[in-house]
Amino acid sequence: MTTTMQGQVALVTGASRGIGKAIAQQLTQQGVKVIGTATSDSGAAAISDYLGDMGEGRQLDVTDAESVATVLKAIDESYGQLDILVNNAGITKDNLLMRLKDDDWDAVLDTNLKSVYRLCKAVMRGMMKRRHGRIINISSVVGTTGNPGQTNYCAAKAGLAGFTKALAQEIAARGITVNCVAPGFIDTDMTKSLTDDQKEAIFANIPASRLGQPEEVAAAVVFLASPGAAYITGETIHVNGGLAMV
Amino acid sequence: MSTIEERVKKIIIEQLGVKEEEVKSEASFENDLGADSLDTVELVMALEEEFETEIPDEEAEKIRTVQAAIDYVTNHAND
Ligand SMILES: NC(=O)c1ccc[n+]([C@@H]2O[C@H](COP(=O)([O-])OP(=O)(O)OC[C@H]3O[C@@H](n4cnc5c(N)ncnc54)[C@H](OP(=O)(O)O)[C@@H]3O)[C@@H](O)[C@H]2O)c1
Repeated sequence: MTTTMQGQVALVTGASRGIGKAIAQQLTQQGVKVIGTATSDSGAAAISDYLGDMGEGRQLDVTDAESVATVLKAIDESYGQLDILVNNAGITKDNLLMRLKDDDWDAVLDTNLKSVYRLCKAVMRGMMKRRHGRIINISSVVGTTGNPGQTNYCAAKAGLAGFTKALAQEIAARGITVNCVAPGFIDTDMTKSLTDDQKEAIFANIPASRLGQPEEVAAAVVFLASPGAAYITGETIHVNGGLAMV
Repeated sequence: MSTIEERVKKIIIEQLGVKEEEVKSEASFENDLGADSLDTVELVMALEEEFETEIPDEEAEKIRTVQAAIDYVTNHAND
């Protein structure tokens, strides 16, 4: 068993900001080459800037099968391998179920859940052949606990946990692990829109009494990607300051 | 140059880790050669690479025996 991640190649979706950016940066610190994605070309260029010679940014829409195929082909041509897939891209479109629009249901399920099906399927062949791979899906504490106003998001994130366990069982014998990291409330654009009242109510339930930092989620992802985590599969690591202990 | 049959059998031997004499034409991958469903998926991947072709899922699902693999490749090989 190798003990270093030096020279491995990772794809991190949604690496332009927030949690994905922290994951991409921490992976490069382990010597991993990272392809980070954003939805826009300018976002991709900014990723290339911060990754420097440790990787590159690429434009990717996880809801578009063709876009996924293009990025994976480019990775294959430039790097010839993919060791780590981090499915981090995600969106919220919150509303009470009674007010939820079909479009908002579909967009959240497609971006947060079907995207993971798409990407995992696309990387499977290479990982199976090389008998090595790490897939880490970023789910959420609310996939376990539920949260009013987020039926779509909670359904997608809970779906991710089931998907992860099923795929983990399918491919464990091929040296590929599949796990989730479930963040609680993390200080990113996604939580910027919370009002002070909302934050106060949330803090009352978080034993750590603060938001988590993206780097604290990234650390769990890097661990699951590391050689030392080879025997962990189908699991969810919760990173939530004690908000939910499951 | 080996025949298609020889090449297909060689891949089956390698992929499934079975002995040459076990790879009879009528042998079923799952029932006779100890393959599980993922092994057969990998076997099809290996055939695709050896014969530089893409086997559609509907067709791949029908390739369950040594003979079915040989037949598929024979009917679809361009070279
Ligand atoms: N922040 C939290 O408190 C929290 C809690 C639990 C779980 N999470 C999960 O953690 C992950 C990252 O969240 P975050 O807070 O870092 O989010 P964020 O700051 O809002 O960033 C979202 C990222 O996803 C990308 N993205 C959005 N739609 C996409 C699409 N269709 N195709 C490809 N990429 C797309 C964005 O790209 P652009 O920059 O180009 O838009 C961006 O890089 C998400 O899966 C989220 O559900 C977050």
